[in-house]
Amino acid sequence: MIGAAVLRPDAIDKVRGEARFVDDLAFPGMLHAAVIRGTVPHAKICKLDLKSVSKHPRVICTLTANEIPGENVVHVIYDDQPALADEIVRYIGEPIALLAAEDRTSANQAVKLATINYEELPAVFDSLSALSPDAPTVAVPAATEKAPNLFNAMRIRKGDVAQGFAQADVIVEGEYHTGYQEHAYLETQGAIAVPELNGAMAIYGTMQCPFYVQAAVAKVLGLPLSKVRVIQTATGGAFGGKEDVPSLVACLAALLAWKARRSVKLVFDREEDILTTSKRHPSIVRYKSGAKADGTLTAIEVDFVYNAGAYQTLSPAVLWRGLMHAAGPYRIPHVKIDGRSVATNTVPCGAFRGFGSPQVIFAHESQMDRLAERLGIDRLEIRRRNALQIGDETATKQRLSESVGVLQTIEKAGRLAHWEERLRKVEAFNAASRDRRRGLGISSVMYGVGLGGKAPFLDKAGAYMKLEADGSIGIAVGTVEMGQGLTTALTQIASEALSVPFDRIHLAPVDSSRVPDSGPTVASRGTMMSGLAILDAAAKLKERIRTVAKDLHIPKNEIPSRLKEIAQAFFMRNLDPAVEGWAQGAPVDWDEETGLGNAYFVYAYATHIAQVEVDLTTGEASVEDFVAVHDSGRIVNHQLASGQVEGGIAQGLGFALMEDIPQEDGRLMTTGFTTYRIPTIRDIAADTKVAFVEALYSAGPFGAKGLGEVPLMASHTAVSRAVAHALGAAVNTYPLSPERVKGSVA
Amino acid sequence: MRIQFIVNGRQVERETNAETRLLDLLREDLHLTGTKEGCGEGECGACTVLLDGRAVNSCLVLAPQVDGKEVLTIEGLAPLSKSHSRHSTGRAKGDELHPIQQAFVEKGAVQCGFCTPGFIMSTYALLEENPSPNDEEILSALEGNLCRCTGYTKIIEAVRYAAKLMREER
Repeated sequence: MIGAAVLRPDAIDKVRGEARFVDDLAFPGMLHAAVIRGTVPHAKICKLDLKSVSKHPRVICTLTANEIPGENVVHVIYDDQPALADEIVRYIGEPIALLAAEDRTSANQAVKLATINYEELPAVFDSLSALSPDAPTVAVPAATEKAPNLFNAMRIRKGDVAQGFAQADVIVEGEYHTGYQEHAYLETQGAIAVPELNGAMAIYGTMQCPFYVQAAVAKVLGLPLSKVRVIQTATGGAFGGKEDVPSLVACLAALLAWKARRSVKLVFDREEDILTTSKRHPSIVRYKSGAKADGTLTAIEVDFVYNAGAYQTLSPAVLWRGLMHAAGPYRIPHVKIDGRSVATNTVPCGAFRGFGSPQVIFAHESQMDRLAERLGIDRLEIRRRNALQIGDETATKQRLSESVGVLQTIEKAGRLAHWEERLRKVEAFNAASRDRRRGLGISSVMYGVGLGGKAPFLDKAGAYMKLEADGSIGIAVGTVEMGQGLTTALTQIASEALSVPFDRIHLAPVDSSRVPDSGPTVASRGTMMSGLAILDAAAKLKERIRTVAKDLHIPKNEIPSRLKEIAQAFFMRNLDPAVEGWAQGAPVDWDEETGLGNAYFVYAYATHIAQVEVDLTTGEASVEDFVAVHDSGRIVNHQLASGQVEGGIAQGLGFALMEDIPQEDGRLMTTGFTTYRIPTIRDIAADTKVAFVEALYSAGPFGAKGLGEVPLMASHTAVSRAVAHALGAAVNTYPLSPERVKGSVA
Repeated sequence: MRIQFIVNGRQVERETNAETRLLDLLREDLHLTGTKEGCGEGECGACTVLLDGRAVNSCLVLAPQVDGKEVLTIEGLAPLSKSHSRHSTGRAKGDELHPIQQAFVEKGAVQCGFCTPGFIMSTYALLEENPSPNDEEILSALEGNLCRCTGYTKIIEAVRYAAKLMREER
């Protein structure tokens, strides 16, 4: 069953149009919400007049900050973000007031009837200006007197970089810039709040983290956690965008439902979703690398700054992952890394596949190429020589004791791509062509699976499992299916562990009242953590089944085929057929002062190779061929895994080549897919090869690690380095739009 | 205003107004929620349905434009298949699939599934008109549909496979 080609059961509902996404659901008497939002980047709210809104014949109620029954915060990490701006607005699009109407059209019309008068305050939009001591203060509370907007500063100090650079035969320095990336999940954000008996509130919604939503709604309504029940609806893509934002969406819907005492639906349209929800942090990364003549890395010094937007949301965690991943999958004796996230009057940035790592990966992989070029070493070879192996120490001095497949990914990717032969072909093509250039790019990455040493309390998961009277198995877990195929992978794990056919097992959608807080469905942890919880539950259930079987004189080897008989005995004899499983991540630690420690319990690895062709006259770069090799430990389902990889490649390609949100004075200039271009079916490589090397992890379910985020992390730099190779020019800024490519040729 | 049209083979009559989008008529009045709204401006293709056999973005079609016409949505597809296939023993009867749906399931072309109905309807329009499309024709038929999960590779494989299944069915 593990590694078997099992078709995903949810696909049948989805191809029939029968999977129920949040906007497909309705409850009796349900109202439709709309959000009245700020239109200036930084201002004091002088007057908020909702009289005309209330007079709209179809509007049932409005709600402002002073009416909130609990605390006016959206709880994420620090409680600095209000559900509704009270006095000060800090970014364009910030929620100020709410309304509920009897239909969606009326709700959207009534929003325009609100009158808000502002006294505008000085505002700041980019991270470097916001770091200046005389910048207007955005952060609440101000971070320090010298740098009021410095949300977070974190560092790693290992060895002595001065000594490391002194040992180097060559040193390269670079500065890299990336902009916003929008998740562009096809299903926008949405939630329905449904008042339940005894003052409880149920939330139905599209999300990654039901337990974050539960905590946030309890806080804003002033309810005990036990009275908030969160049910995840079919989720139309997430990519990190539905990690923290659904907490805000659910809070807004819940506030109106509490006031109106009716069900309330809040679904964003595409423009509202793009303009007001989280994105990948724009970044500036300065990177200095030193290596000996043979390519051996001696030291790196990295300083990076992320524009966090007006509130912290997930920025501390994003910054920390960026810090932990800034060195790449390489042995480096001397390391100095500083990361900062900065408050500005812009939409809060948050989680996005890779979670703060793609920005530093763009830098570390570009640096590797530049070292290789300076030293006259092949780009694949320099990665091979520096790749971490079992027994090596990471940048945080973590000794790697098992499951380190990065070298195998480099070598296998090289073989599958016919690296050297292809390099020669590319050179021959370029020698013969005037207007078109081809290039090859390679990128290797490592990824810390799970939440890591900054938030070890989140790495847990529960599973509820019961044997039904007919021998079928019902399971509930706390991590979600959002398209990645988790339900299928977990069913396979349960099937293998219980020796019960796949079709006889049903995994229910997540309902927070069925299972303990299982942490978020992020950090590529779903298969591993919920898989381990299922294995724990299965072991307990099997023990009980064996006891009953023994009593029925059923031999062990006949248990699977006679499970119905055994289940009947459970039923007739009033035996307890339900168990709970639990999983905890292996210990991790992190020292805030030095940044050293066992940052993550295990790492996944990948190497991608891309071939691009650039039209020098138009500046357009197209990806022609792609090879992706991953080490995510045991692959539970190859079709699902390769689907994750192919999707991540496309998203990374978009990040590198086209996805861009210009910002003017805090205003985002893309409002839909007409202006925010994501890859279409015409933008992907004609040939994509996906392969796996399975360096098993002894503490993972059947040796599995994590996969979801890694493909995007590796792909964008394979593409951007291929463009750099084609142009023979420096490539330091994303996206590599035709204008920018033409500019770097000229 | 009152309009009459055929949806998935069934004659319907509805009171509506001139500004109502076909998408809302389908989802809200007829409870055919398989047709999805991804952008509301005709850029993503999630709301693709067939109007008199032609693939259209139902967010850009107004109710009066369908008066007297025939609409096919994702919900109407499975019954059109001549040779029904079933996938899984763990499901009740009635889960039969059209060959295009079958191909999308088997080839792993479905992840989050939000774009899937639109892709399947665009594929249906293509294969009804052109039973043996080449790759360029497939790209051309699907370039108006956005998917953020799959990277399209398995969708292309599914369309090739669906064409084969449908040719075999004929």
